[in-house]
Amino acid sequence: FLPKALRTLDYMAPVRSCLLLVVVSVWVQQVDGVWPLPQQLDQSADRNSLSPQRFSFIYGRDSAAQTGCSVLDAAFKRYFSIIFPDFTKGSGLLMSENKSIRYTSVSNSDESYNLSVSEGQAVLRSVTVWGALRGLESFSQLVYQDDYGSYFINKTEIVDFPRFAFRGLLLDTSRHYLPLHAILKTLDAMAYSKFNVFHWHIVDDPSFPYQSRTFPDLSNKGAFHPFTHVYTQSDVMRVIEHARMRGIRVVPEFDSPGHTLSWGKGQPNLLTPCYKGDVPSGSFGPVDPTVDTTYKFMESLLKEVKFVFPDSYVHLGGDEVSFACWQSNPNVRTFMEKMGFGKDFTKLESFYMESIMNMTAALNRTSIVWQDVFDYRERIPQDTVLEIWKGETYQAELSRMTQAGHRVLLSAPWYINHISYGQDWRNSYAVQPQNFSGVWKQKKLVIGGEVAMWGEYVDATNLNPRLWPRACAAAERLWSDEEKTLDADLAFPRLEKFRCELLRRGIQAEPLFVGHCKHEYDGL
Amino acid sequence: MYCLLKCAPLILAVAVCHGWLFGDFVGKQKELNEISLWPLPQKFQSSAVAFKLSPASFQIVHAKQSSAGPSCSILENAFRRYFEYVFGDLKKHEKSRKKVYDSDLVELQVWITSADPECNGYPSLQTDESYELSVDESSAVLKAANAWGALRGLETFSQLVYEDDYGANNINKTEISDFPRFAHRGILLDSSRHFLPLKVILANLEAMAMNKFNVFHWHIVDDQSFPYMSGTFPDLSQKGAYHPFTHVYTPSDVKMVIEFARMRGIRVIPEFDTPGHTRSWGNGIKDLLTPCYSGCSPSGTFGPVNPILNSSYDFMTEFFKEISTVFPDAYIHLGGDEVDFSCWKSNPDIQKFMVQQGFGTDYSKLESFYIQRLLDIVAATKKGYMVWQEVFDNGVKLKADTQIHVWKERPQYQDEMAKVTAAGFNALLSTPWYLNRISYGQDWVNVYKADPQNFTGTDAQKKLVIGGEACLWGEYVDATNLTPRLWPRASAVAERLWSDKSVTDVGNAYNRLAQHRCRMVKRGIPAEPLFVGHCRQEYMGL
Repeated sequence: FLPKALRTLDYMAPVRSCLLLVVVSVWVQQVDGVWPLPQQLDQSADRNSLSPQRFSFIYGRDSAAQTGCSVLDAAFKRYFSIIFPDFTKGSGLLMSENKSIRYTSVSNSDESYNLSVSEGQAVLRSVTVWGALRGLESFSQLVYQDDYGSYFINKTEIVDFPRFAFRGLLLDTSRHYLPLHAILKTLDAMAYSKFNVFHWHIVDDPSFPYQSRTFPDLSNKGAFHPFTHVYTQSDVMRVIEHARMRGIRVVPEFDSPGHTLSWGKGQPNLLTPCYKGDVPSGSFGPVDPTVDTTYKFMESLLKEVKFVFPDSYVHLGGDEVSFACWQSNPNVRTFMEKMGFGKDFTKLESFYMESIMNMTAALNRTSIVWQDVFDYRERIPQDTVLEIWKGETYQAELSRMTQAGHRVLLSAPWYINHISYGQDWRNSYAVQPQNFSGVWKQKKLVIGGEVAMWGEYVDATNLNPRLWPRACAAAERLWSDEEKTLDADLAFPRLEKFRCELLRRGIQAEPLFVGHCKHEYDGL
Repeated sequence: MYCLLKCAPLILAVAVCHGWLFGDFVGKQKELNEISLWPLPQKFQSSAVAFKLSPASFQIVHAKQSSAGPSCSILENAFRRYFEYVFGDLKKHEKSRKKVYDSDLVELQVWITSADPECNGYPSLQTDESYELSVDESSAVLKAANAWGALRGLETFSQLVYEDDYGANNINKTEISDFPRFAHRGILLDSSRHFLPLKVILANLEAMAMNKFNVFHWHIVDDQSFPYMSGTFPDLSQKGAYHPFTHVYTPSDVKMVIEFARMRGIRVIPEFDTPGHTRSWGNGIKDLLTPCYSGCSPSGTFGPVNPILNSSYDFMTEFFKEISTVFPDAYIHLGGDEVDFSCWKSNPDIQKFMVQQGFGTDYSKLESFYIQRLLDIVAATKKGYMVWQEVFDNGVKLKADTQIHVWKERPQYQDEMAKVTAAGFNALLSTPWYLNRISYGQDWVNVYKADPQNFTGTDAQKKLVIGGEACLWGEYVDATNLTPRLWPRASAVAERLWSDKSVTDVGNAYNRLAQHRCRMVKRGIPAEPLFVGHCRQEYMGL
């Protein structure tokens, strides 16, 4: 491989006066503040000062990436403002609108990096630009200001890499519409916590805000409002690009055959008409799996999804399908008979999901599905990723799924839309994703997990404080060495400090407990 | 769920065609939902006849007979505020000589009936907040005894206006006669566990007015920090605040809060909680707190206020003299809750004092001893006081007008309310309304179901219940999450305290509250959603 080196230079300012020296010598060193905790972190009390006037990020001479690398050029600019906010007041974060950017889509690529901060300079080495982004984040968290406002960084050696390749966060834009800026802000905060997948649960029963180029009626008729409550194609592109700049993949979820009530408004004959006795009741159930038109529609939709979303994964849902409507419908019953499914409607769902998964595979995309699909039928395409969301028995489910050789994502213990009084981040933090009965090979099939913020009770008014810093607990569990991060009490002061840092960066992160931050949130 | 009056213009057209303008004067359930008044007025009648309001011609004016005029700043400010709530930013509208149609509502006349409109005063526990509102052809009349009632009526008027599908503002022919069920309808904010920037406090006063709350209980200091900047004892905040400059309320900040609240008919009752909950006080005032002992020597930590030193009482005298002049309200909340006796027990001087006083080992007697002296000090400033229930429970001798604030879950608050009122004291309920306690789902329903008069007692006892307060303690709350955590959950309390006892239908409340929360969002308050759905105008801040 090509090692890409990235050097940050820091001309150390010599200590200017004896007085200062005296003051400094009694000043207590402030170290240890990277969240999530790096795999290896060695810090000494020796500190270097950083001058905002003279500090710069530069590409190392041997680096394969040089000026012109859009991801890193933008990241340098972003992180300079983060590190030295006083020097960049008013400029805000940069959003690149450059349409000519070559899409190197973010994938499960190497995010490891080494960071070495010594006198005069710091060197950040990584295999990929994505690793460099993670390293820049860590670097930015190492810089601190003393009581006089001067910037310092301690002599530090970091060797770091993520424990899991898939570290996701789910937002639900169907139960409540989330304005674009709320999504972009969330992506910013995700990058600060080293999340790397935005799972966009973009449509569901209540509304269909995705504006489809192939089927415009889906949002015209299925969104809360066809103009104010939709994501246009350019909105979606903005999200994807904003995410890419931060090393975040965007995995869209088009959940079917259940959770599709809003689809039916713009796509006649897609949903199963429910019957009351011998006549249609006027209400609709899941997608109708018995007619060809359904599969033609799904294929066109998935083709569009492939075209719009560059990530190689697509989430196909498949959860919580209510069979009552299928059961009531005479055509469905006839179809069941014809297929020899008997009265087992799980077979009908499996039949539908299998078709959709095959379609997805034919489009060269990897499917992610909710655990229900596996629970109904264990023999599903081997490269399908299964996501666990049912709370009670997730360890047993982890065993079963990995036993069957599937890659697994864990979300069940991280439904942080469920709130309670007090420090519930500790529950998220205590989760051990590989603590289930199984051999080492099975453990390795756990590719990561996701924090889920379902939208029943969440919209732009309360999303951010509900997400942050509670999601940070899972971020550390998914990135850091579990052995070094099991003690929540040890993590507490570091998380508290990180929460204040989030506030300083304009993220509306709620408090963990009593106390204060130097820079309080000054919005509403 | 949010069907927005699709049929109103149609109904109007039909009504006009049939020359049936003033018939059918009953509140139709459907329109009731669409108009979504919150809290629901005591008496409300509305007809399907609608009038249009144009920002170009509509005015809010003083009625000719009114005792208030343009010099009444409370009303002048309120006229402007509610005009903007109804029509959006004033600057966007230019007055034009638009043709006025017969079906237009051109003015709202505000008529203050008593000789003194109280424009320069402060609201109090005795304030009459009732009003009558009549919307009829070409003009509406709002009648109230004083400016405070008019403020409540203006809020109701603004809630009656709805937008039709063409974006035009409509209001139905309506008669309202309204008054609060309870006189004390409060919100407690805690600015000690976390500092709350002024902006957040002011925004919440706005939201309180939208919900007809009338008391801001400012739990301003506590163990964790002392952000109140005292003129007499500047060291209290200098040494006791989280930061002596960025995390304090200066005298002018406090003035601004009081004036902002006054403009909205809201009283500001400060709480200076002693003898417990005072750790931060000790940073600035030497020897105020009890030194705790570990064995025979001071451990270096401190407990509650030291009740055996005269200097403690001298300090309190000076301090409350200041507080009684800074805060104009007739009441001060003196706290008195959760006193931890272990430190007092450890201190040999206190042990000696206990023996001298013949208190034995009953430290609640020592607490009562302290509180008794404190109450006398505060009574000398001519202020009334509120205290947490422990003070009553411990049998302290209290002035007859003392308000007992019930907050504990054990014993059951119903029993405590009965006991307090049986003893002849005014009671204030908070137990079921600790909104800092959150849980998943629609917990506003339980908040809504609680009723302060739901206890066994005589009518005379029930009358002693002066109201209640929603409390948002600050352990887990600061500027980042305060507003969405409080609203619209506190709105449930607002309706319980304002509307008639019989208003208990949760389904009906849900529909109105969902729209009321959208209205708050539209007015810039990030009130969180009740459940799945959307608002026409979503929250845009962040």
